[in-house]
Amino acid sequence: MDDLVIRSVSRLVVPFIQLYGLYVIFYGHLSPGGGFAGGAIVASSMILYGLSFNLEAGSRKLGHDVSSFMESGGAIWYLIIGLLGILFGSNFLANRYAGVSLGTPGQLFSGGIIFFLSLGIGVKVASTMITLFYSLSGGEDSSGSNN
Amino acid sequence: MISVLDFLLLSFLIVCAIVVARIRDLISAVIIFAAYSLVMAIVWQMLGAPDIAMTEAALGAGVTTFLFLAAISKTKRAE
Repeated sequence: MDDLVIRSVSRLVVPFIQLYGLYVIFYGHLSPGGGFAGGAIVASSMILYGLSFNLEAGSRKLGHDVSSFMESGGAIWYLIIGLLGILFGSNFLANRYAGVSLGTPGQLFSGGIIFFLSLGIGVKVASTMITLFYSLSGGEDSSGSNN
Repeated sequence: MISVLDFLLLSFLIVCAIVVARIRDLISAVIIFAAYSLVMAIVWQMLGAPDIAMTEAALGAGVTTFLFLAAISKTKRAE
């Protein structure tokens, strides 16, 4: 499927979809959305790229090694930020009681650790869906390579 | 009490759900299910849940449709 219209339109649209997904992730504590919704939007932009070009072009943009590294790294990032609450003398995922400055309400960098938590969730969800896409549509040889 | 737009969307949802369950061609069922997800996203927005609406529009109409189609292409098309 090598259509000029589909390739041109997806090349135009994919950066805006990714920008919107990053907006939804970064403003997850101020507006509707958050890590899961933004990660799903970013992943759907990569799925659109892989469908409109071919799978090899998509794999060159985001390889399987990078994707599985991001998938594990998102979960470990969440865990490390949660454990920082215990390190600073309070509960798991403690925000204000661990001494984090909450900032001005309504600003982008407010709410303490919630910004970083939704960043980790977004990376995890996006890379999980991209990995699912490549392993389900990859064919016989790459479907059971790892994971 | 119930507006015209509500009535139209909800009756479209009911018709889509019945048709998805009854149809024999699996690819048609997946496409109708994508339309169901898109209308369901509008209904979530009207119910005051824009968070769920965003997730439903990205996942239900985008990712899930592709995953179903990939699964069908690896098996057979008719039920």
